Amino acid sequence: MDITTAPTDAPPPLSQPSPTEQKRAARGATRPGDRIFLGLSRGSGILLLVIMAAIAVFLTWRAALAISEDEGNFLTTFEWNTQAQPPVFGIAVLAFGTVVSSIIAMVIAVPIAVAIALFLTHYAPRKLSGPIAYVIDLLAAVPSIVYGLWGALILVPNLNGLYAWLDQYLGWTGILEWNGGAPRSMFTVGVLLAIMILPIITNVSREVFRQVPQMHEEAALALGATRWEVIRMAVIPFGRSGVISASMLGLGRALGETMAVATVLSPSFEIQASLLDPGGGTFAQNIASKFGEASEFGRDALIASGLVLFVITLLVNGAARAIIARRKEYSGANA
Amino acid sequence: MSHAVVTDKRPSSLRGAQLPKWSPWAIAAGSLAVAVGIGLAAGLHSRIQWGLIAALLFIAGTFGIAARVEGKRQAKDRVATSLVWVAFLIAVVPLVSLIWVTVQRGMKVLDGYFLTHSMGLVADSEPGGGIYHAILGSLEQVGLATVIAAPIGVLTAIYLVEYGRGNLARAVTFFVDVMTGIPSIVAGLFILSLMLIFDMQPFGFAGSLALAILMMPVVVRSTEEMLKLVPNELREASLALGVPKWRTILKVVLPTSIGGITTGIMLAVARIAGETAPVLLLVWGNPFINANPFEGAQASLPLYIYQQYANSAGSGAAYDRAWAASLTLIAFVMILNLLARGIARWKAPKTGR
Amino acid sequence: MAKRIDVSGLTAYYGSHKAIEDISMTVEPRSVTAFIGPSGCGKSTFLRTLNRMHEVTPGGRVEGKVLLDDEDLYGHGVDPVSVRREVGMVFQRPNPFPTMSIFDNVAAGLRLNGNYKKNELSDIVEKSLRGANLWNEVKDRLNKPGSGLSGGQQQRLCIARAIAVEPNVLLMDEPCSALDPISTLAIEDLIGELKERFTIVIVTHNMQQAARVSDRTAFFNLAAVGQPGKLVEIDDTERIFSNPSVQATEDYISGRFG
Repeated sequence: MDITTAPTDAPPPLSQPSPTEQKRAARGATRPGDRIFLGLSRGSGILLLVIMAAIAVFLTWRAALAISEDEGNFLTTFEWNTQAQPPVFGIAVLAFGTVVSSIIAMVIAVPIAVAIALFLTHYAPRKLSGPIAYVIDLLAAVPSIVYGLWGALILVPNLNGLYAWLDQYLGWTGILEWNGGAPRSMFTVGVLLAIMILPIITNVSREVFRQVPQMHEEAALALGATRWEVIRMAVIPFGRSGVISASMLGLGRALGETMAVATVLSPSFEIQASLLDPGGGTFAQNIASKFGEASEFGRDALIASGLVLFVITLLVNGAARAIIARRKEYSGANA
Repeated sequence: MSHAVVTDKRPSSLRGAQLPKWSPWAIAAGSLAVAVGIGLAAGLHSRIQWGLIAALLFIAGTFGIAARVEGKRQAKDRVATSLVWVAFLIAVVPLVSLIWVTVQRGMKVLDGYFLTHSMGLVADSEPGGGIYHAILGSLEQVGLATVIAAPIGVLTAIYLVEYGRGNLARAVTFFVDVMTGIPSIVAGLFILSLMLIFDMQPFGFAGSLALAILMMPVVVRSTEEMLKLVPNELREASLALGVPKWRTILKVVLPTSIGGITTGIMLAVARIAGETAPVLLLVWGNPFINANPFEGAQASLPLYIYQQYANSAGSGAAYDRAWAASLTLIAFVMILNLLARGIARWKAPKTGR
Repeated sequence: MAKRIDVSGLTAYYGSHKAIEDISMTVEPRSVTAFIGPSGCGKSTFLRTLNRMHEVTPGGRVEGKVLLDDEDLYGHGVDPVSVRREVGMVFQRPNPFPTMSIFDNVAAGLRLNGNYKKNELSDIVEKSLRGANLWNEVKDRLNKPGSGLSGGQQQRLCIARAIAVEPNVLLMDEPCSALDPISTLAIEDLIGELKERFTIVIVTHNMQQAARVSDRTAFFNLAAVGQPGKLVEIDDTERIFSNPSVQATEDYISGRFG
């Protein structure tokens, strides 16, 4: 021991217990007010953890109750019959529908959102881009039920022509064949979800593109790059991880969206070969539509499907975070 | 010199052939005209197709003309520009339509009577009735959710920013992130699983609990951001005067960031006010006025919209009510948003930013 | 390759603010011309008008003529993109593209301007890196990100990137202000070599640097803050530093203001 013993007000070394002093040191600069306040704020944090744990525990428990009675295979059965004796139900159709509608939504929304974000940061006249960005920000706050109502009453009737057209030119692919039914299909759901998540992805991407350092763009310009080449050389590489995280945010919302799907889709428990034929379902939509007439057991079965949705969204969010973390490492050196 | 290549590939003059400034407009007008022509000739009913044809023609036309006159690089640049514009226009159409239709159809039955009466015994397919019960239910449920979530969220954020070090803080940060991603219907199912255990019937407060779960992480995130903006010098100045930490937080940190925190809470309220799924599972809906959120099914505005749409079997009267309720809901959400932004802007200079 | 620059009556604005007023000068090919002057005198703005980078700044616009061997950069129908291909630029802070490797950074400009075969490209990249005195330091790690280099190396990488497209003129905007003395020396030596092939214009805050590297020096000044910057005089560097014809130049050089 050399230097540390010199100052008298240094914290006492653990080897020399001086009971009163030690107690005071352990409490830090405590007063009743400080203790209560720390207790309250720490307690809130702990409460949050407890809620998360409770969500996982209770959902898993109720789901286990239901799955243990399931005569079918929970993962592969194409049926949802919880009233039958014994009950038969499985999530295959729901998983398929959830994934397919979200993929369609992403394929449509991400490129358009990125384009709009570029439009706002690099193409639009300044006087225009401010107000437009503001309006898009507000559109992100429009409740999903309103999108659902609009989708069901305005979008669906207007899609007949497009469906016929897709069928005529792309029907040979099989997945875009149309038998003339009402356009309440997975494709329409995907389009509506795309419209819903567009403002979210646009907003985050715009923020990212705005943060591209001026000097990288000027470097490209000084090499004789056109505006598009500047975007390709300097803006997109810089913004890529931000765009990915924005897309994941949108994907998370598309996966869990309930009302907009429930209003637009005409559900069935089968997987349609063509995206344009009505039928299929998603986790969230199925819960909302089946819930009304479900018995207690039926509700447990729905909870089981909700648990799967919960896990999927957790995985998507985790993946997004991992991607961002890795990208940060990669481009960290340039700061 | 070894690179004759370079000199060969470069134009002899700075003055490349250039399209006139008005050419994008001309190409756009031309494509639109041709698309309308094709649409009329082929008898395409859907305007969506007309628009798509025009967009395709515009992009192809731009590329063709620019490639011929200005060269390939310029053509690519112009195509990128026109793609970006087209993407913007394609996106604007549905979003404008959404707002336009909601306002236009919503105005039809939205009046004083509509806002002050419940559905009562009005059949779903009949005209009449209103949304008083739904507004009441929404306000109570959202209000209770805010009363629960806002203090917990703000305190958690204070913990993370002012005290948080070590594993607990890291765990809280991580799970707040996880919680942000919970689909609203899953939050509803969680409360439902509790209700199943205690064999409870639907009531308003159950919905509030689910909404509170959705609201908490949003409040934590935004409050955290705001607290981080408070300069450390302020805290140190107060602590150096011998003010205890909790009073420093209450008297210095919170007042400095209160504008931003309020904004965050209002935006979170706006978000949960439109949530339908958990309310559908936990509150059920009720055509009558039920002012007691702790007993019996209640109505709520977003749920009302869904039920008017879903239970009406195509009745125009029910659709009118659904649109009017949508307009009311959007107006509520937008006013909250605008107020929140107003507060943020008004309070911003005082925090030194 | 090097070309002469002839500026006459050039005035540049930021929105309604006049940044520089009525500047005329000639920059000789295969020489180094240095711009000196106090902060805010518009020397960087003027530099950026020489490859039409000034108009990239919102509100930036220019009046007057800049002739590059008889061709007006601001003439009707001139494409700023092709101007910047002829007049390269190196910036104050090294700005290699962070997501690109060293090789790709140097090749970035070439890839814009045409289709090169793989070996053609690597020849030019090697030649440019050698030209920037960087080849020996990076030849073993051409595929590593350019952002992993030291500041001085990054700046030389940026010079290599600029000269790879064989411009006629190379503009340098305080290229050493973010570098340590040893890296600065390396860049100054490089400038001496590059003037054999290019017309070089350099803005600098460091008068010793101007004296060391340049053949001609232009002194800029402004009457007061908020007033537009003006060209006070341009002459052989030796003359400017020993016997300037304007009193203000002498005051500035001897450290009486600025």
